[in-house]
Amino acid sequence: MTVTAKKKAGVADDIGAERLLHMYRQMVAIRLFEERVNDLYTRALMPGLAHLYIGEEAIAVGICEVLTREDYITSTHRGHGHCLAKGASPDRMFAELLGKEAGYCKGKGGSMHIADPATGNLGANAIVGGSAGIATGAAFSAKYLKTGQVSVCFFGEGALGQGLLYEEMNLAQLWKLPVIFVCENNGYNEYTHFSESTAGDVCARAAAFGIRTETVDGQNVRAVYAAAQAHIERARNGEGPAFLEFKTYRYHGHHVGDIARAYYRPKAEEEEWVTERDPVTLHGQWLMANGVADRAALDAIQDELVAQMDAAVEFAVGSSYPDPSKVDQDIYA
Amino acid sequence: MLETATPVRELSFGDAIKEAIAEEMRRDPSVILMGEDVAEAGTTFKVLTGLVDEFGKDRIIDTPISEAGFTGLGVGAAMTGLRPIVDIMFGDFLTIIMDQVVNQAAKIHYMSGGHWKVPMVVRCTMGATRRSAAQHSQSLHAWPSHIPGLKVVVPSTPYDAKGLFKSAIRDDNPVVIFEHKISYRKVKGPVPEGEYVIPLGVADVKRTGSDLTIIALSSMVQVALGAAKLLEDVGVSVEVVDPRTTWPLDEKALIESVKKTSRCIVMDEGYGRYGVAAELAAVVAQGAFYHLDAPVSRLCAMHVPIPFSPSLEDVTVPNERQVVDLALKLCGK
Repeated sequence: MTVTAKKKAGVADDIGAERLLHMYRQMVAIRLFEERVNDLYTRALMPGLAHLYIGEEAIAVGICEVLTREDYITSTHRGHGHCLAKGASPDRMFAELLGKEAGYCKGKGGSMHIADPATGNLGANAIVGGSAGIATGAAFSAKYLKTGQVSVCFFGEGALGQGLLYEEMNLAQLWKLPVIFVCENNGYNEYTHFSESTAGDVCARAAAFGIRTETVDGQNVRAVYAAAQAHIERARNGEGPAFLEFKTYRYHGHHVGDIARAYYRPKAEEEEWVTERDPVTLHGQWLMANGVADRAALDAIQDELVAQMDAAVEFAVGSSYPDPSKVDQDIYA
Repeated sequence: MLETATPVRELSFGDAIKEAIAEEMRRDPSVILMGEDVAEAGTTFKVLTGLVDEFGKDRIIDTPISEAGFTGLGVGAAMTGLRPIVDIMFGDFLTIIMDQVVNQAAKIHYMSGGHWKVPMVVRCTMGATRRSAAQHSQSLHAWPSHIPGLKVVVPSTPYDAKGLFKSAIRDDNPVVIFEHKISYRKVKGPVPEGEYVIPLGVADVKRTGSDLTIIALSSMVQVALGAAKLLEDVGVSVEVVDPRTTWPLDEKALIESVKKTSRCIVMDEGYGRYGVAAELAAVVAQGAFYHLDAPVSRLCAMHVPIPFSPSLEDVTVPNERQVVDLALKLCGK
């Protein structure tokens, strides 16, 4: 056995076959969900905007696999993956995306604002970096009330341009709050490469506050899980926040309508990530190579999820829009 | 009007606010207060002096100079089990926290379909004539009043300040309180020792009269009452009505008063253009239209940045002389 193989086998032992398969299942679920979002949007069944998470699945899944249902997350405009990984049900997700009454927010939030107290989802946020305070505040409550919960703030590298993030990192480290800042660096602030917007080293910014940082391959779900486990455990033990940068890639455009992308990123780059670095394919191959599952088992997972997602879409398409009389409900508690 | 069976003392406006906060913190351990120099310093206006001795630094929390940061943290803490009071030293700094207040706190309940709540109080100051120049003197209560999802309290007396502040802390929605900074020591009044709350959205008739209604907020209530005395000497009977909250707004009380008197001046230390006074004037102009004997008129801060020099600053705020002149004109005298 080579050193690499031993190391791989060690990871399998550490994480356990059940969890390794669950992470595969979760990634496939997000992939299939987003493919259907793309389909619904291009068929004009989904109003508004759709920002797809395809290509970044390993991050949400690897992180949320470590979290309990009671732990908190905040999400982003590209947030479907976070919500699903935290336990959201696809049928109510699709219903919300289509603006239906049965959706998580009764059709009042939509794709960019999925929120669900039952799964600790404090809400997806359409202000870039806007949820950094909410996530840090939830961590403040957890510490103050001694609940043992942790809070994860998901954001893209575009949020590195927002001042609020740095105010929250300062507060989190100053007060040793159990919050994990998760930077999903997919390389592009909308239509601009992040190197054109981001001076210096990303992790050095957080390190300047004395926050622990780590840069991780965001396409390797086991690596994401391992990093998340270490830093989340530390935060839960009262040792303070962490800042994790995950290198990843957004396969689709900034939103579904962003099709002509050659002016901001080369086709060859996209193809390389899709063919060489796909997190779902890579994890599937790893599971087979390490004897955790065979092709038939992975295909069975896929087939089961296809049926589940198709049923969820059917539920959402068939459910009703909120009555206009509800427009002024839920403004005040 | 003050109606109470318990012993009454005279308290300053600032001490009444401190008493409200202290009582609510004793009553509910989830109430915390955070802001710049709020603990040992007791705020820059010394309004909270002594609170840290009773409640400790875990509940009276000094923050870095990061208004957006600790306001955002307050939003998250409010969603997850605490009732934070966020202390914004000057109302002018609302500019810095607007995303957290307007895009986050105000909308979270609605966007989540009523699932998340934000029971948070933002306390800040308003008012000119402290020789603090353009960035520490504005009265910006119109801004949050414009936003669905927020409640806005603008008290004028110690009695109202205490009762309204206690209601604001117990409210399950984000509430912004504007405390008139000149009133902290200057305005004194009777406050009962016992427990009482004043519901948000109930106006108070500060003085009854029959010829003219002055609707006044915050510092302008004292100016209106002073002018009413002068007008009484020349045979004009003035009713002074204080809405006390700009939202919820007691439209009925304002309209009923103007229906009775047939004339109305709206006074506000905020700017007149597109301001609170404009909204109040519209409410009574529409609601009491067939009873009006004169156009509904406004007296507000001059539409200029607040200047530094006393000779310039003093003319920007409405005074008794202006009220008397306008009242006589409206009454045809």
